[in-house]
Amino acid sequence: MNPKELLYAKSHEWVKIEGDEAVVGISHFAQEQLGDLTFVELPQPGDQAEAGAEIGTVESVKAASEIYSPVSGEVTAVNTELENAPELVNKDAFGMGWLFKVRLSAAPEGLLDADAYAALCAAEAH
Amino acid sequence: MPFIPHTPAEQSEMLATVGVDSIEALFEDIPKKFRAAELNLPEGLSEMDVCQKLEKTAAKNHTDLTSFLGAGFYDHYIPSAVDALCSRGEFYTAYTPYQAEASQGMLQAIFEYQTAVARLLDLQYANASLYDGGTALYEAIMMAVRQNKRTRIVISESVNPIYRVMLDSYTSNLKLDLVTIPHRNCETDVDALLAALNDDTAAVIVQNPNFFGTIQDFTALFTKAREHKIVSIISTYPIMQSVLKTPGEMGADIAVAEGQSLGLPLSFGGPYLGIMACNKQLIRQMPGRIVGRTVDKTGKTGFVLTLQAREQHIRREKATSNICSNQALCALRALMYISLLGPQGLKKTAQTGIERAHYAANRLERLPGVHVLNQPFGNEFTVKLPVRAYEVIDKLLDYKFVPGFPLGRYYQGMDNHLLVACTEKTTKQCIGILAELIGGAL
Repeated sequence: MNPKELLYAKSHEWVKIEGDEAVVGISHFAQEQLGDLTFVELPQPGDQAEAGAEIGTVESVKAASEIYSPVSGEVTAVNTELENAPELVNKDAFGMGWLFKVRLSAAPEGLLDADAYAALCAAEAH
Repeated sequence: MPFIPHTPAEQSEMLATVGVDSIEALFEDIPKKFRAAELNLPEGLSEMDVCQKLEKTAAKNHTDLTSFLGAGFYDHYIPSAVDALCSRGEFYTAYTPYQAEASQGMLQAIFEYQTAVARLLDLQYANASLYDGGTALYEAIMMAVRQNKRTRIVISESVNPIYRVMLDSYTSNLKLDLVTIPHRNCETDVDALLAALNDDTAAVIVQNPNFFGTIQDFTALFTKAREHKIVSIISTYPIMQSVLKTPGEMGADIAVAEGQSLGLPLSFGGPYLGIMACNKQLIRQMPGRIVGRTVDKTGKTGFVLTLQAREQHIRREKATSNICSNQALCALRALMYISLLGPQGLKKTAQTGIERAHYAANRLERLPGVHVLNQPFGNEFTVKLPVRAYEVIDKLLDYKFVPGFPLGRYYQGMDNHLLVACTEKTTKQCIGILAELIGGAL
């Protein structure tokens, strides 16, 4: 369910580390909790991401939630497909529904592996 | 019986539940200096005494004047059907009927109102309405500030001064920089506005027709604003939109309007209707209620409030505005008025007002020392008199005529200027008498 090669934040974002760059998204569990997404507000390339700080918003038919950056660094790219198709996050949270990329300024800290994250979700689902 | 909902016993019970021993203790978080020391209310009266007192006060009003007052609020004819339909009990409620399960009719009415407004102003979306034109203008500024994260607002002096006073008041505690660009002989000074735009500017604000009645095209201004990511805001007179170049045609981002002219009586200043429409890229910044059309799980069409995440009951700290209601009954009246007149009726209403105003301008121009200052204009124009405007107003009141709005009240150096408005209700005979009376007063 939660890909093994990813790291996870307690606030339900995932991170894929590729050298000095990280791809960020929200987890399958997070999109399930939100329901059908209607809008994703993303940072701009060039913005500074700071681990634990707010960086965007996901809006669903039910609610709106902040996205917290799981890593620190400069935003290098954002998934512009989501502007017109936010439902990609519902369809494929770990793939086509990625949110943004960051050039890391520091090694990620305090993130969970897939098993620890699965345990967190199981606890939250009850 | 005192119409007070809570008995002393109930008050004690509630205070005990929240864990305080008195009303005073309940409010102790509010510093004393911010609390009303006294309400300064007179002793209560019987129903009969109250009615007599109010009738006596109401009798002081002049309800038999022939008025050429406009200045943003106009005396248009309201078809009887508007009052008849609007006073149905289903609509006449203080409850704002937003629950989709129970209020499909009202939600559809608001949706149709939004559609009518969006079409009238030629923009993609409209909200369910705000309090009045001035509030709508303030909210439009805040939309721009949130959108481009800038703080400088460039506004023309030819925007309704009543709105500009409201903006000063609304923004007095915000870190915004309001820059006012003077008008040039009753014209909106587009060159000066263009020169004032820079990369710190959040929004540029103009009005059409402007406060003096002058009609202009702001397409070039809005195009330039867009190049600098500045939000273009235009304040409009809804009745005139059927004959003028629309906000959408000019490329405005947001259009706001006082909706009073659409089937609402002047009634001493309210309640009125704040109209707002915008384009898609600003929809998430739009404050207030927005009704959308959708389908339920069986495929049946239904109406619901949409884009709720902008609203304070979902995310208080991120809400676009603390406005959490709309002027539903006034919006409904506007929709009824627009529906009853239809496109042709609206156009004819606008054209009749314009014809009457041009006839009045011609008549007044013939008087010695009287000059009409603006061209082109719609149903309202500015005249310069050889004497102070107040002098003429005072003299004409004896004949139960109000010749117009004294511009000196808001504009320095314009003590001799009078703003004259006509609508389809203004007869040629009244215009003839006005010209005679002003001629006699000079």
